[in-house]
Amino acid sequence: MRAIGIVLAGGNSGKMGELTAKRAVAAMPVAGSFRAIDFTLSNMSNSHIQKVAVFTQYNSRSLNDHLSSSKWWDFGRKQGGLYTFTPTITPDNSMWYQGTADALYQNINFLKASHEPYVVITAGDGVYKLDYNKVLEYHIAKGADITVVCKELPEGMDEITRFGIAVTDDRDRIIDFEEKPLRAKTRLVSAGIYVIRRRQLIDLLEKCHQEGRTNFVMDVIMRYKDVKNIYAYKMDTYWRNISTVDAYYEVNMDFLKKEIRDYFFKTYPDVYSKVDDLPPAKYNPGSEVSNSIISSGCIINGRVENSVLFKDVYVGNNCTIKNSIVLNSVYIGDNSHIENCIVESRDTLRANTTHVGENDKIKVVVENNVRYVL
Amino acid sequence: MIKKEMIAMLLAGGQGSRLGVLTSKLAKPAVAFGGKYKIIDFPLSNCINSGIDTVGVLTQYQPLRLNQHIGIGIPWDLDRNVGGVTVLPPYEKSENTDWYTGTANAIYQNIDYMEYYNPEYVLILSGDHIYKMDYEMMLDYHKSSGADITIATYEVPMEEASRFGVVITDDTGKITEFEEKPEHPRSNKASMGIYIFNWKLLKESLQALSEQPNCDFGKHVIPYCHERGSKVCAYEFQGYWKDVGTLSSYWEANMELIDIIPEFNLYEEFWRIYTKNDTLPPQYLSADSSICGTIIGEGTEIYGQVRNCVIGSGVTIEEGCDIRDSIIMNNVTIGRDSTVRKAIIAEQSTIGAGVELGAFEEAPNKEKPHIYSDGLVAIGEGSVIPGGVRVGKNVAIAGITTIDDYPDGILASGETLIKGGEAV
Repeated sequence: MRAIGIVLAGGNSGKMGELTAKRAVAAMPVAGSFRAIDFTLSNMSNSHIQKVAVFTQYNSRSLNDHLSSSKWWDFGRKQGGLYTFTPTITPDNSMWYQGTADALYQNINFLKASHEPYVVITAGDGVYKLDYNKVLEYHIAKGADITVVCKELPEGMDEITRFGIAVTDDRDRIIDFEEKPLRAKTRLVSAGIYVIRRRQLIDLLEKCHQEGRTNFVMDVIMRYKDVKNIYAYKMDTYWRNISTVDAYYEVNMDFLKKEIRDYFFKTYPDVYSKVDDLPPAKYNPGSEVSNSIISSGCIINGRVENSVLFKDVYVGNNCTIKNSIVLNSVYIGDNSHIENCIVESRDTLRANTTHVGENDKIKVVVENNVRYVL
Repeated sequence: MIKKEMIAMLLAGGQGSRLGVLTSKLAKPAVAFGGKYKIIDFPLSNCINSGIDTVGVLTQYQPLRLNQHIGIGIPWDLDRNVGGVTVLPPYEKSENTDWYTGTANAIYQNIDYMEYYNPEYVLILSGDHIYKMDYEMMLDYHKSSGADITIATYEVPMEEASRFGVVITDDTGKITEFEEKPEHPRSNKASMGIYIFNWKLLKESLQALSEQPNCDFGKHVIPYCHERGSKVCAYEFQGYWKDVGTLSSYWEANMELIDIIPEFNLYEEFWRIYTKNDTLPPQYLSADSSICGTIIGEGTEIYGQVRNCVIGSGVTIEEGCDIRDSIIMNNVTIGRDSTVRKAIIAEQSTIGAGVELGAFEEAPNKEKPHIYSDGLVAIGEGSVIPGGVRVGKNVAIAGITTIDDYPDGILASGETLIKGGEAV
């Protein structure tokens, strides 16, 4: 294979609020039975990238749990494998990853020890399908030093100023790039996916390190945009980032649309995830489900409407779950009413609980009740 | 050095002809159960949950699906450096090449496999029952009772005992007599077809009986050992155990899973049942769907009405359908406005739009009334049923059928329609 993969999954997002109190963004459950990082890992696997390193730092227990075996994505081969790199103490360095470039620099021996000519760097918080080989071919055809995968976000979708915004010339070379600008010049946002020659990356990282620079976007992409050929690969298929509560809610709700489900689940290639071996979902008498996604292991006794239920959720008698997302292994007691909410995983809602969020302000429910009172 | 205390030999070569068209293209252990599972998942999961990591699966009849399902055993954690799951088909020898002619003959032909693992005990299992059982507890019993052979038994209602091989024990659990399908049973302890043998004894008796035609455990090996003074004990199994050998019992056992608290509970954290998951995505129920008393596997999309059904993975039920009391296996598509009553639809089948299954008055099946009964409609794997036809009760359909196969768009109750391939 021509490339190795690196997934930058160390980040936290302040805009995820309580949802990232117990996990990194990359480990956020998405679309009922997946986690955010599954999308990029499946893309890697489907692009025949066989050696993939996941950089973790923030709150990585849940993520490590998900990556406990690499076989779900068909890594774990003699040729290649899936590695997780957390910061370690070395004679030269006893610091956490100070930034994305620093994270890469601290693992520069991984880059040096590889023989593949290219590196595909991705983020763990994007929901999309992409053949990275196509980006690589584009990169080679353009004679680029760095290729940044970009997506033109439609008007009205997402808070555009939370992204890196690219301005390109008519040959798609990036001539201007701003990170989280106050006012965006275009709607072309960086998807946080980069292709770069491995040698080139090593040189740039060493230079960054000498100069005490630590951020890949600011100190590589933006700093070198005039001296290096940095190109934008414009994606025209579905891509969304989940790093705010609203975006996370919207992405999950997107899967209630048939065309989105068909695109992700019924069109080649597949998205893979850790197999949980849960029993089939069970709908007891009294259940009324409409326009909803339900995952394995759920037991439904009440009403569910326009909602996404993740794995192993129990909905008691006479409950109403409406316009909500209920994460893994939640227990909802009888007669509860949940509307416009995201219920955090493993939570236990006692009988007769009511949580109602606003249409434009989704409520994150974290109750932390003890499930079994002995 | 390789040493396994106990290895399992799982007999999965039978056709299960009483399941009719369901087993026309696959062996009975590969038949779906409970939505996403296959019958063989239950003994295989029992093995790994009991700490048995070496399982030989003996296949013979239509093994393709079984081979695809088992693979190298990843779903059950049976991909091991030493041991794991091995599929053991009949093979050619320099002389006396034989199919597996009986349960014990099949094991006999794989003595070398067992010898390789140097076991103390060999567990013989069959691949056609639904149950959760800790074989380690049975082994503990086997050791503590000092038995040479232990037979797992299950108490069946006295009036049904004549359908089984029953054992008569003394008060220590030692078996004194066997009766094979007795007319007037003296005991209701039915043999479950699960045996633990001391390996040395098993090997010697299989070799001694190697010339026995159709050599069978219940008929030959165990009586042979018993007559020669081996201690044979009964291990009384408590819990759920279901034979799903006939269409009616298969249908019933599936339907029991829908009960609010099913007797056979798949939802316990403890003793999980594993299966090969081809489909991962969640299921979707549309705004027009209506669902009640049903279990559904991954990736299924429901746009119609479903009552009291067991539905597998990757199924599509389109708008306006009314599906009741049925078993729909993986990757079946049912076209819009179809009505389905008491049907068993095997994997990869396609039902056209506006089809009615289970219509008309009941009439006994003309060809095989003992198989296709209780008003069931059985549809074999990969069948196609054209849109707009009406199909009666006690009917079997297999293969790709077209509208020409249904005079006036009707297949009356009691008919059998098998296309493309041998009749079953």
